[in-house]
Amino acid sequence: MSGLHVLPVKDLSHFVAASDGVAHLTLAVEGINCAGCIGRIEKAVAALPGVREARVNFTTKRLSVAGAESIDPSRVIDTLEQLGYRAYPFDPARVGDTDAQHGKQLLLCLAVAGFGAMNVMLLSVSVWSGNVTDITVETRDLFHWLSALIALPVAAYAGRPFFQSAFAALKSGHVNMDVPISLGITLALGMSLVETIQHAEHAYFDSAVMLIFFLLCGRYLDQAMRGKTRSVAGNLAALKAETARRVEPSGELLVVPAAVLQAGDRVMVLAGERVPADGRVRSGNSSLDESLITGETSPRQVAAGAQLYAGSLNVSGAIEMEVVTAGQGTLLEEIERLLERAFAAKSRYVQLADRAARYYAPVVHTAAALTAFGWLVAGASVHDAIIIAISVLIITCPCALALAVPAVQVVAAGQLFRAGVFLNAGDAIERLADVDMVVFDKTGTLTLPEGRIVNASEVDPDTLERAARLALSSRHPLAVALAREAHDRKPFAETTESKGEGVRAVIDGVEARLGSLAFCGLANSGSSHRKGSLIAFRRADETAIFEMRQALRGDAEATMRRIVKMGLAVHIVSGDRTEAVEPIAKRLGVASWFAAVRPAGKVAFLEELKANGHRVLMIGDGINDVAALAAAHASLAPISAADISQAQSDAVFLGDSLAPVALTLRTARRAKAAMRQNLALAVVYNAIAVPVAMAAFVTPLIAAAAMSGSSILVTLNALRLRRTPRADQPAADAAMQPAVVQP
Amino acid sequence: MNVLVYLVPMALGLGLAGLFAFVWSIRNGQLDDLDGAALRVLSDDDLADSEHQPRS
Repeated sequence: MSGLHVLPVKDLSHFVAASDGVAHLTLAVEGINCAGCIGRIEKAVAALPGVREARVNFTTKRLSVAGAESIDPSRVIDTLEQLGYRAYPFDPARVGDTDAQHGKQLLLCLAVAGFGAMNVMLLSVSVWSGNVTDITVETRDLFHWLSALIALPVAAYAGRPFFQSAFAALKSGHVNMDVPISLGITLALGMSLVETIQHAEHAYFDSAVMLIFFLLCGRYLDQAMRGKTRSVAGNLAALKAETARRVEPSGELLVVPAAVLQAGDRVMVLAGERVPADGRVRSGNSSLDESLITGETSPRQVAAGAQLYAGSLNVSGAIEMEVVTAGQGTLLEEIERLLERAFAAKSRYVQLADRAARYYAPVVHTAAALTAFGWLVAGASVHDAIIIAISVLIITCPCALALAVPAVQVVAAGQLFRAGVFLNAGDAIERLADVDMVVFDKTGTLTLPEGRIVNASEVDPDTLERAARLALSSRHPLAVALAREAHDRKPFAETTESKGEGVRAVIDGVEARLGSLAFCGLANSGSSHRKGSLIAFRRADETAIFEMRQALRGDAEATMRRIVKMGLAVHIVSGDRTEAVEPIAKRLGVASWFAAVRPAGKVAFLEELKANGHRVLMIGDGINDVAALAAAHASLAPISAADISQAQSDAVFLGDSLAPVALTLRTARRAKAAMRQNLALAVVYNAIAVPVAMAAFVTPLIAAAAMSGSSILVTLNALRLRRTPRADQPAADAAMQPAVVQP
Repeated sequence: MNVLVYLVPMALGLGLAGLFAFVWSIRNGQLDDLDGAALRVLSDDDLADSEHQPRS
């Protein structure tokens, strides 16, 4: 293996889950995008000793490996790296996601309900057409009994999600949407059975089963949307799972997952690596970039005894540290305390669908009771009055209501997904649609998280490609920035790194160097006019000097204009120095900006806005933004954000562009409008259907037509969202192609 | 109406066959990787290694 960052000893056995003598390992793999990839990876990994089976899941971009307990994750990862793929192991606890199981269960219920609905409908249509022609009572009874034979077991199986949820709600003394649903299904089936026994003309088996089918469609859509986002989020979490170089008592270095570090461990942090846990410097001098924690962009000098925070980036020299707090408890105590408070505030938001459901049950049940009472007073028999009341319950059953919100959410989330925005929270769209004010963090949010090579276009493309590929072998921040320019993601073989100077490799028989100007012999090349950090490349006479600088996201100005045009007020609140924030605020035309704000200050600012009746969208990436993200009405984070910031935000966006912010806001607003329309449609439907049912005009045929009609109507209305208005198109394109502009 | 004696069981049987096929495909993981299945058909893993063009 090439490159200094791969050490001979790696202990990743933490990621292997064994059951029944078979070990399982799941890896998130970057770069799987063609049919060839699947075959190549499976073949290479299956050939490793101890591996029984290797299977790529192209949809989730994961590789699962099964084999003897001795399989070594690092050998699998090395094999993939030789093929040109980066792979990251999963925590076994995270792979056993109950979510996928739940999705499968719902799909099974949906399949059974679909089968039941189709077959019962087949029988029902025969009965309906027979009723207006010449069906005999015996044949009709036979068909009703057959319907019962299908509908009762189907409802018992496929209706479980509703029955269980309704039962749980009743047990805890609440009424949720599933209570009237379960009641409606049970009554419809019970009444139909009684009617069948009495050789009656109408039975509602088809309504009950179809109702279950439509409701399950809504549930499954909802679940599938969140499952998809979660699987991507799981991969990202694995990509970001940090490893640490632990110094063993023997003095040997062992690469372990940061999660297994304990207080008292000694850890080596090389230049370009992040500090894996809170602790103290034992030896070594270096400067640390703590922008993720404080928002401050100028590096801090540290020496023995200095305090270190997890997540800070070691910029210059290697240091040895002692872990003081490890694992999940590495954050500043203050931030955690703020988080808890903010959380309590957020959970009070009531979703649109829940608000609708709150009125639904009492209104419908009152209507049914009134109907029964009214018909009794009017002189109908008890049997007829009850039948009519039950038909009111059946026809009002909330097919359209249950599909109204999930259908829109699925379409909107799918659109955002394609544009590189992943929703974290189920009610994110509704809250994003409500905001009237946007607060931006600066570092990593308005600016790109890492420096950019700003003069790449001035360099010969072949030279750039060679330099960038050589840079893949180093983890120095400058090299990492340069490596992003590489088209071929395979590092050169046999590279050697000289500490603090650069990397060397032989390319096509000629030695090439990448590193400091002196290392490449270019110290007097007259590049003093360049202001950023410099890195040089030399291969015989082929030379290049690259300049790296903090750059504003390419379309920050355009996005800012779009956001203002949408009628939103914009503020910039940064932890960085005034000199760093002012020029950016000026350039973006933001009049309201605040510099050197502490995490608590950010929360206080948001609270003040909230007290003035504003609903704020917070966009930030650093650990110093976590509390603010949680305190805001809605929040967004770029993919480069700290893990904890991502966990707190409602949505995460990919790429180097800021356009997804505007796109998210616009999509959320349109989605909320569509949700409202759908709920209105459901109300209109009920306003027409309920009086008809109360007047006893409803037959099973009318109920079936009304139910499917209203469900199809709300689904079609949700699909309207897919037709992107012209104004959104440039934003979606820009999101795909990040552009870099110098500040 | 004697036709019902075999038509109804046939209709039910066909429906059940479809249901079991679907349930089997869910349990067997056939639906776990919908995008991958479309690409796997293109791989030449049935060819001998000598004919196989390595692309790495």
